[in-house]
Amino acid sequence: MREVCVVGVGMSKWGEVWRRSLRQLFVDAAMEAIKDSGVDHLDSLYVGCMSSGMFVQQEHVGALCADYLGMAGLPATRVESACASGGIAVRQAFLEVASGVSEIVLAAGVEKMTDCSGDDATSALAGAADQEYEVFHGATFPGLYAMMAHAHMDKYGTTSEMLAAVSVKNHHNGAMNPAAQYPFEVSIDRVLGSVMVADPLHILDCSPITDGAAAVIITSEEIARKLGKPYVKIIGSGLATDTIAIAQRDDMTRIKSASIALDQALKMADRKLSDVQFAEMHDCFTIAEIIIMESIGLYEPGKAGPAVLAGETALDGKFPINTSGGLKSKGHPVGATGVAQVIEVYKQLTGRAENGRLIPGSPKIGMTQNMGGTGASSAVHIMEVA
Amino acid sequence: MTMFSSRNWREYPQRYRLEASRFKKSGKTYFPPRTVDPETGDTEHEIVRLPDTGKLLTYTVIRVAPAMWSDEGPYALGVAEMADGTRVMAQITDCDVEKVRIGMEVRVEFRRIQSEGHAGVLSYGYKFVPRWF
Repeated sequence: MREVCVVGVGMSKWGEVWRRSLRQLFVDAAMEAIKDSGVDHLDSLYVGCMSSGMFVQQEHVGALCADYLGMAGLPATRVESACASGGIAVRQAFLEVASGVSEIVLAAGVEKMTDCSGDDATSALAGAADQEYEVFHGATFPGLYAMMAHAHMDKYGTTSEMLAAVSVKNHHNGAMNPAAQYPFEVSIDRVLGSVMVADPLHILDCSPITDGAAAVIITSEEIARKLGKPYVKIIGSGLATDTIAIAQRDDMTRIKSASIALDQALKMADRKLSDVQFAEMHDCFTIAEIIIMESIGLYEPGKAGPAVLAGETALDGKFPINTSGGLKSKGHPVGATGVAQVIEVYKQLTGRAENGRLIPGSPKIGMTQNMGGTGASSAVHIMEVA
Repeated sequence: MTMFSSRNWREYPQRYRLEASRFKKSGKTYFPPRTVDPETGDTEHEIVRLPDTGKLLTYTVIRVAPAMWSDEGPYALGVAEMADGTRVMAQITDCDVEKVRIGMEVRVEFRRIQSEGHAGVLSYGYKFVPRWF
């Protein structure tokens, strides 16, 4: 398999973007990535999008995106795996370039979530859970992660303060990210004092509803070198699944899809986890970041919460996590999230992270972990400086 | 969004009678029923009924409820391990939500689940009630 690179990135300001539609959000990010990379054409595009049909009644998003990018005729494929759609769009672009079928592929993600009521958005998001055996009984996404959190607290003594510390850290980082939806600091007291959504998760333990898009240009190293722009290599890619319903899992305090996907990516990269120096993780809820840290083997079960509280995953900690602000502060336009994670790792590795958000010591290898639902799917990418 | 009652009707065996599938080769029981055993790939199975008692493995109290349930919040929802080791998610009812705890023993009862649902008709199914009731 040949070397595959990320050579340009684009991401608009995320939030409640009333002035931009689904297609405009995509075009803004895609045009920025194309300009940033300097490529003069695309061979194809992938776009991660979870639920445009429920959010804005628009399907057929691949064609829509190619059309409004001014490239009707281009092969274009929409990828859906709930909140992991973006990560898998990157993976599909990676595979297409690695195979030699294409030289230059756009991997994007987009979601327009505020053109409908909060109830409709909640209902669309619930599509990532088991409709007949979870949602039918009144489960919400915060509710499902809350059950995982209670199980984790019961088994390992994880506390609400440890969960809140994830939110505090990610908001601190996000305050330095110009694209973040909620670029402000929060304190542990503020998280614990915020409205309880589903015990033990407060509203400030939850990622928000967001409009946004993100795009990257994936290409061969040969092309990347010719373009003369900063680029990084994708050295490993993994994708794995688990049961759709949490009740079906042997251990509700682990997310197996993340560990399987990471193992695949490490094997492809011929690296060990200890070679990876920082990560963007799927903190859709604070407990998710803690469970992922443990599931991938970064920490022993029960040790991740105390590590976050001790600052080990802060920007200047020994293994920084979510320097972008994570889903919590940056926002979570579900289909775009996985692509935005790749953008943050790219920015860190090329020294382009803004506003003092650069990890000290110029790390050489970073990873992304993007997941769908309660972890029924997980996509992992490992990236290295070129 | 209107959904057809056949969608609900199709699930009656599980929702009304807790029917599960037990595979010949592995002896494993799955709820909801599966037609392929994830452990062995076996498809030969029989339909069995789950026991109606279990113990809560985890729970939450939904305080911000979706539109369909807005009149019912806060409500408790949990996963119980049934007496045969299978796991089921359901609401926990007939008790103070503040008193729900992991390890609590529960019994399954036949209850109305949604008063107006996607199915367009009343939907019934199972809920947990604490065993001391």
